[in-house]
Amino acid sequence: MKASIFRFVLKRIALGLLTLFIVSLLIFAVTQALPSDPAEAMLGREATPETLEALRADFGLDKPIVVQYGNWLFGILSGDLGTSYATSIPVSEYIGPRVGASFFLLLIAAIGSIPLSIVVGANAALHRDRKFDTASSLISLILAAMPEFVVGTILTIVFSTTIWQLLPAVTYLEVGAPPWSDLQGLTLPVLTLLLAVTPYVARVMRAAMVEVLESDYVEMARLKGMDERTVLWRHAMPNAVGPAFQVIALNLAYLAGGVIIVERLFNFPGIGSALADAVRSRDLPVIQFLALIIAGVYILTNLLADIGTVLVTPRLRTRLK
Amino acid sequence: MSSTAGLRIVDLRLNVAATGNDIVDDINLKIERGRVLGLVGESGSGKTTVGLAVLSHARRGVEVAHGQIFCGDTEVLGLDNEAKRKIRGGLVSYVPQDPASSLNPALKIGMQLVEVLEAHDFGGSSEARKARIKEMMAEVLLPTDDEYLERYPHQLSGGQQQRVGLAMAFACRPSVIVLDEPTTGLDVSTQEHVLKTIRQLTRDHGVAALYITHDLAVIADLADDVAVMYSGRVVEQGEVTEIFKNPAHPYTRHLVAAAPDIASKKSIVGLAGRAESPGKRPVGCAFAPRCELAEDACRVAFPKMVPVGGRQAAACIKANQKASVAAGWAKTMSTRTLGEPAVELVSVSAGYSGNAVVHDVSLTIRKGECLALVGESGSGKTTVSRAIGGLHREWTGSIRLNGRELKTVARQRAVADRLAIQYVFQNPYGSLNPRRTVGDSIARPLIVDGKSKHDARRVVLDVLDKVSLPGPYANKYPDQLSGGERQRIAIARALVSEPEVLVCDEVTSALDVLVQAAIVDLLGDLRRQLGLAMLFVTHNLPLVRSIADEVAVMSEGRIVEVGMSESVIGDPQQEYTQSLISATPSIERSMR
Ligand SMILES: Nc1ncnc2c1ncn2[C@@H]1O[C@H](COP(=O)(O)OP(=O)(O)OP(=O)(O)O)[C@@H](O)[C@H]1O
Ligand code: SF4
Ligand SMILES: [Mg+2]
Repeated sequence: MKASIFRFVLKRIALGLLTLFIVSLLIFAVTQALPSDPAEAMLGREATPETLEALRADFGLDKPIVVQYGNWLFGILSGDLGTSYATSIPVSEYIGPRVGASFFLLLIAAIGSIPLSIVVGANAALHRDRKFDTASSLISLILAAMPEFVVGTILTIVFSTTIWQLLPAVTYLEVGAPPWSDLQGLTLPVLTLLLAVTPYVARVMRAAMVEVLESDYVEMARLKGMDERTVLWRHAMPNAVGPAFQVIALNLAYLAGGVIIVERLFNFPGIGSALADAVRSRDLPVIQFLALIIAGVYILTNLLADIGTVLVTPRLRTRLK
Repeated sequence: MSSTAGLRIVDLRLNVAATGNDIVDDINLKIERGRVLGLVGESGSGKTTVGLAVLSHARRGVEVAHGQIFCGDTEVLGLDNEAKRKIRGGLVSYVPQDPASSLNPALKIGMQLVEVLEAHDFGGSSEARKARIKEMMAEVLLPTDDEYLERYPHQLSGGQQQRVGLAMAFACRPSVIVLDEPTTGLDVSTQEHVLKTIRQLTRDHGVAALYITHDLAVIADLADDVAVMYSGRVVEQGEVTEIFKNPAHPYTRHLVAAAPDIASKKSIVGLAGRAESPGKRPVGCAFAPRCELAEDACRVAFPKMVPVGGRQAAACIKANQKASVAAGWAKTMSTRTLGEPAVELVSVSAGYSGNAVVHDVSLTIRKGECLALVGESGSGKTTVSRAIGGLHREWTGSIRLNGRELKTVARQRAVADRLAIQYVFQNPYGSLNPRRTVGDSIARPLIVDGKSKHDARRVVLDVLDKVSLPGPYANKYPDQLSGGERQRIAIARALVSEPEVLVCDEVTSALDVLVQAAIVDLLGDLRRQLGLAMLFVTHNLPLVRSIADEVAVMSEGRIVEVGMSESVIGDPQQEYTQSLISATPSIERSMR
């Protein structure tokens, strides 16, 4: 039993790594094939062919593409992420703290939104067609219809500029400083991400919960005299979170993308702003590594969701061989 | 109150909350301790609604209008929520229809058992509860070891799941138990065991049991008393022998006439029409639109219960007039001369992705005759019938139509061969496109074939007539039809291609007995008039005698016995067939 779960997890991880490998091929092919030349972008129009050539050789851009890919992959595997073209700092040094900051942002948003959406969704299902349900559905729909930057802008207007001046409109966070050193500045970005994700997950949770509450086994639990708390937590919830896991994963993965916009909006020094800068300056090593990280987050969350779903669903769990 | 006080329902009425229309009304029932009352009636007659009310529960959208229900000395409808919770599973318990969906898939069965005891403070300590669970598991003939209690519901068979349901229901020694079709969907041998367990437990523990079913034979076998429901009212009640030997209400008489019986060769008689749903029911006797004895007096007010003799009473103004409703309708079965073979199967084996499930099956379906293929679930009946219809690709052996070898799947077969064999599916709901009028559904093969709209229309009207539906039905959508009508449409669709062979897979298993009898009747007529060869696949053994000339009994992918249905059912030679037949409940056998 235990061994079979272990084997299943290993298999999924192997599959995740394979996906990551294929993604890395794609990323490399697409970015390296970009029409513009990083050397030219850096040196500007005045560059002589000789200096360009020298810079290209420096970056290894004169080698065949397969060799370039091999070097890149091998570098990543051995911890050497290369050097940023634009800043001439090692990529690990340049991106490391930003990745940390973004992960922190993501983590707080996830930790906040998952229980919140489960509680909201479950409550809406429990009081179906009553006030709480109608109100939460309406709010979810409105929020889901608005892109993050609109939500973020509204939050800024309400909490930091026009109405109340409670919170800073931008984050004052030094690159490399621990993200929790500016908790006030963190509030609005986290809130924006929270509001972007919670509605979806809450709606899925509500739908899953409604179905479960209508099920024969929940009716049976009531008919055998279980109190409402037991019905809800022991009989209904475990069957509703399974389907919700998948959507939570998709949304966390989505957060990894959404974080880019939110970081720009609040001037948060994370991967989002780094990516935007890197694209502007054709800073290939940075672009490639960030793309790989975002893809990695996608793959990881989906992996966790698959494993989570199997773990909470006995029918799936016991089928493992 | 006396010690025999079990369950008493007084003047109960439940409404659709939104409209105030009655779902059930005027329900008065009494069950003494240690006795079983069978509650019969067709789908939608309100059986479950009454059963749930006994646990002081109403489904979403349903409300108790008035009435009292006494379980022992406790009136349950007037209790507050906490008191209701306490009696459910304690004083009165429930065994649901579908054990697979009523056990929580996420919880171990041991957990689901122990929580009932905990919720009702039964047993004091956790050791005492554990002991009680083992005792219960033993009583329902399940293993008592700890490993078994660690299992999840999906790791049990259907019969085992239902036993867990029974163990749960009897765990806190209730005085009243409601069983809602607990054996529907189980194989006969499993059903026999479950029924035996129910009988044992109710007698031993002096429980008053309300047993809900639409299967008269099960009631005859198990119950002491019967109540018959129609359109939300009890129309007849009494002791089992009284009701079955001498049904007084015309509806009950029809039910008995429509029920096939394993112990006799009887032609079953159906009845047209259907019961209306709440809000559309007629004033007066709800059965009047279908009753051949109806007169104006019936339509004035709902007839009162009149005593018929003994404990029997019926809600009919003509309850004491002994008119036979079914006589004269019976059609004689076809003769015993064997027709020409239409379809022959020689050494057919079939499987799914390498797993063989059908082994070496040889059968002959003859022109103008019906071959019944019977067996328990999973025995391979459907796989055989799908192979004949060309809907299954993984089979070997030979299937011949009129002596010509057939290709494996329908797509490879000649058009004429494909049209000659038509397949009618088990589920009349799933097999029709809900967005098309049934006329369009029927006409489709013709249009595809290049017939003009006008010609197709004529053929559609013609086949509708053959399945005894009026022409305007062509313009209806599937959801506007009853289950029986949908099944007629499915048959009509098969008939448009003028087939020689009709393969019917469990076509009556979702239908009420009166409707089932009507469909069986229709199939018999078609067979005689059109000279169709028919394969009738079913798990319903009693039906065989009423529809088929020959029968093949299948078990674990093999044909164990084949012959004329009279001799196979009346005098089975194989042990397997014998056990199957003795496990099948029968009204006649129980009345002897
Ligand atoms: N929640 C509900 N709201 C409104 N009407 C309902 C509801 N549940 C059932 N009904 C109606 O009440 C009637 C009786 O339903 P009930 O389930 O009691 O029948 P039944 O005899 O148990 O049928 P079956 O044999 O199919 O289980 C049906 O006409 C049904 O349409
Ligand atoms: S009361 Fe009239 S309509 Fe109703 S069953 Fe009796 S005879 Fe038929
Ligand atoms: Mg029911």
